[in-house]
This record gives sequence, structure tokens and C-alpha cells, in this order.
Amino acid sequence: MGKKVLLIEDEPNIIEAVSFILSRDGWEVKTHSNGHDAMQVVRMRAPDLIILDAMLPGKSGFDILTEIRGDAALGATPVLMLTARGQTKDREQAERAGVSQYMTKPFSNADVLAAVRALVTP
Amino acid sequence: MSERLMIGTRIRERRILGGIRQSDLARQAGISPSYLNLIEHNRRRIGGKTLLKLAEVLNVEPALLSEGAEATLIAGLREAAGEQDGIGAELSRIEEFAGRFPGWAKLLADLYRRNEALERTIETLTDRLAHDPFLADSLHEVISAVTAIRSTSSILVETEALEPEWQNRFHRNINEDSSRLTEGAQSLVRYLEGAPNMDAEIKSPQDEMHAFLAARGFHFPELERDIAGPRDVTRLIEGEGATLSSPAQSLARDVLLRYLTDARSLPLESLLDWIASLGLHPDRLAEASGVDLATLFRRLAAMPEEAVGPVGLVICDASGSLVFRKPFDGFAMPRIAGACTLWPLFQVLAQPQTPLRMRLKQVGRGTETVEALAVSAQVIAPSFDRSALMQAHMLLLPDRPDADTEAVALREVGVNCRICSLASCVARREPSIISDGF
Repeated sequence: MGKKVLLIEDEPNIIEAVSFILSRDGWEVKTHSNGHDAMQVVRMRAPDLIILDAMLPGKSGFDILTEIRGDAALGATPVLMLTARGQTKDREQAERAGVSQYMTKPFSNADVLAAVRALVTP
Repeated sequence: MSERLMIGTRIRERRILGGIRQSDLARQAGISPSYLNLIEHNRRRIGGKTLLKLAEVLNVEPALLSEGAEATLIAGLREAAGEQDGIGAELSRIEEFAGRFPGWAKLLADLYRRNEALERTIETLTDRLAHDPFLADSLHEVISAVTAIRSTSSILVETEALEPEWQNRFHRNINEDSSRLTEGAQSLVRYLEGAPNMDAEIKSPQDEMHAFLAARGFHFPELERDIAGPRDVTRLIEGEGATLSSPAQSLARDVLLRYLTDARSLPLESLLDWIASLGLHPDRLAEASGVDLATLFRRLAAMPEEAVGPVGLVICDASGSLVFRKPFDGFAMPRIAGACTLWPLFQVLAQPQTPLRMRLKQVGRGTETVEALAVSAQVIAPSFDRSALMQAHMLLLPDRPDADTEAVALREVGVNCRICSLASCVARREPSIISDGF
């Protein structure tokens, strides 16, 4: 069984595409599509890596990231943030919140795969 | 140097421009060259027949010599100098400058005005880009669709021996996303085509609601009557408010119901009587009438302007989002969020029930100052399963130097960081495009 990736994203077709490429690369992918109860899912799944959309219904990815970093059990989990907002201030906000890597939409599948491989130690 | 004395300088400039010798002008005007010399050096007052004769010889309108085209020009220069007071423009010599170099002075004043107009345009467009929910949603929709299409199409191209089931699924996804992309792009084009027309930019329910209130000057006589009730609010919404979108109608209904409650607490006639006897001093009015400051602020903002003069009001919730804006000349407000943190409106959020008074000057908006009174108050009481809802109110009045306000410090504030050039601001959230460029 591969390492666990939790993809938190609200666009169904992006979920399907990213899940597909990661699964084919040997990762065990779980998905979730809203920010409201994302922290409960993160705690339940205890993934090796979280791919987090910045704009989610219910709670923003930035807020979820802050909560993850403030949680003793989850704080060290690598987080790859995907966002449609490429402004410097958003990148800085993500960095302040403790993002491991920040990627602007639209991204290439190869970049996502490379980032996931780099962030999770085999 | 007074305006009147500058007539001599203008005569001299006109004479030199016309290539006329001093002695020739003196002779044609019927005065001695030495007297003309004194006039030209602003050492003799001039008026009446001599002025008319000199104007005739110089072939200019007498008013151009007596007033110049300079009254407006000098006002424009003063405004420009006031805005850049750190540069050290020689204000005491402003009339001399306008008199001696009218072309350069006009150029400077025109450039200042153009700069002002451009800053206002930037302000409007920036506010729109930063806080326009429609634009943000449309762009998000387009980028999401593009992301999904790019990712899915890459899978189709790059995956060898992709199972037919997956192929079909991804083809269907691309078809769906391309439809979304088309709709999103068309919607954006329609929206941006309307952009040059600022009147056409009313889009969000908040904007619609504010336009509805502004059309009535924020005053509703129907709700001021003793017998007014919720049915009058419904009539207003179903009548004039019928063209509003449903969310805007809901917002307008809430505002008008609160108006009704406020009017019952402090009827218009009573408030106008208090103002007549106590003046427009909100603290005294609140004490005398027995209503809290927040209610009083809302009531003052609901009075007809001809009765109380200009009154502005901003209300924000605890997140800092502006939920109510009655505009006030000389004080710009962003549409929803991102307002300058230095406004007392936000300061009082941290000190509920402790009002604050300040004189404010907005950077980049001339030399005008306003009096701002702010208070934060609970608008919905807490219960065991619900926390209290707090809102901060900031009343804006013309700055009137009197015993009450003389001791109040003047604070420089902005509209929002993106368009504010205030140097070394501790509250800055992002660089300014005015001072730092894009």
C-alpha cells in the first residue's frame, strides 16, 4: 500500500484528474471537497501529505493550514497548496501559515507529481 | 503679496509679451513712465480708468489684469501644494508664480487635477478588482475550468493504454469543463464590456441596496410617521424595491426594519427639536434623547440633508466588512472590505461602548478634513447558544473647528492600502500601487 495523500479540493473534475495521476503513481488517494469539516477528515485520515485548495466552501485553505500547523499531532504533515490566486500577498499568506509548497492553478500534472514525490519521504 | 498688488506683475508680463516698451505703454495710457514703473513693480495700487486704458492698449480684457484667470488657477495651485506639503512649495509666493508664469502654473494645476482624476479611476477599478464578488467568482470559475481541462487532457495524451472506461470519463469531463469555461468567459466579457460605464457597475446585492437607499437620500418619510409599521417596509420593497434582486431586497428590508425601530426610539420631530436647541453634537443629543450613540448615529444619517446638513455613516461588522455606507463628500469608502485600518471605526471594535472622536484627513484627497465619531455596540444580544453580534458605527460630519473639536488630534488615514501613499504606515497590509507602482 502506498503512502496516503489527502486531496481537499471542491472541483470534482480536478479531484478526478489529480486522484488519477497520483493513484497511477502508487499513492493511496483520499478526497474531501469542503472546508467546513476538513479538519475532522485530516485527523481521521492522518495522511502523509495533504493537497489543499486555497478557496474552499465553508473554510479557506489558509485557515485550515493554520489549524494543521497548530495541531501537535498533524503539525509536521507536508501541505501542498493549490490556488487560483497567484498574487504575492496570497503566497506570503500561505508561507506565513506554514505551507510546504505553493502551486498556482492551472498546474501541470508533472509538476504536481514531482511536488508530491519531493514532499513525502519514501 | 495680495492679489490686487499682483495686477502690476500681470501688466508687466503682458507688455513684455506684446513687445511694447514701458515708455510707449505709459504714453499711450496717458501716464508717466515712472508711475507705470511703480505700478508694474506692484508698488502702486491701480484701478478705474488707468486700468481700463492699460488693458485697452495691451489689447486684453480688464478682468484679465485685475483678477487674471488666476483665481481658479491659484486655488488649484494651493490644492496641489497642500497635497504635497512635504515638498516645501513656496506658498507665500504662489500668486507671484501664477502671475509671472501663467502657462507653467496652469500646466501644474492641470496636471494635479488630472492626477487626482486618475487616482480616483484607479481607486474605483482597484476596489472593483479586489472586492467585486462577481469578478472574483467569474475568474475563479474560469481558472478552475482551465485547470481541470489541462490536467485531464494531459492524462488523455500522456497515459499509454488508458482503459476505455477512463477515456470516456475524461472525455466527458473535458466536455463539461469546456462548457463551463465558455460560459465563464462569455460572462466575463459581458461584464468587462460594461466596465467603462461606472453607472452600470451595480452588481452585488450590497451595491443594489445602497443605490436603492441613495435614491431616497437615505431618508424615508413613510417610516417616520407615528403609525408606520413593518407593512410600510413591505410596501417600499414591493414598490420602489421591486426591481432589486431578491438578495438585495432582503438586505434592504433588514435596513428599513431597523430604520423603523430607530424612528420609533427617536422620532424625527423630537430629534430636530433637540438639534435646534443643542446643535449637531451627537454626545449631547444622545444624552438628552436617551438613545444610545449607535442609534443616534443611524438617526442622524436618516435625516433629510436640508435639515441637518451633510452626514455620512459607515457600519462594519466584527470582521471589518462594511455593511452600510452612506457616502460623505471628502471621505472615500471602499465597497465592502479592505478599508484603512487606521479608521476609528475599526479601533472601536476593540473597545466596545467606548466612543472615539477624531478629525480625519484622507491621504491623496486634497486638504479637506472631516470629523469622525465612532462607537462599537452590540446589535444582537448573546444567548447560551449564540454569541453577541457586534457592529461598529462611524458618523462623519463636516469638520467644524469649535470648542469641542479644537483639542481633537488630526489623523491621516487612507481609503485602502492599495491606493494609499501614506509613508511608513504601521498598519499597511500591502504595497501601494500609487507610491510603489504595479
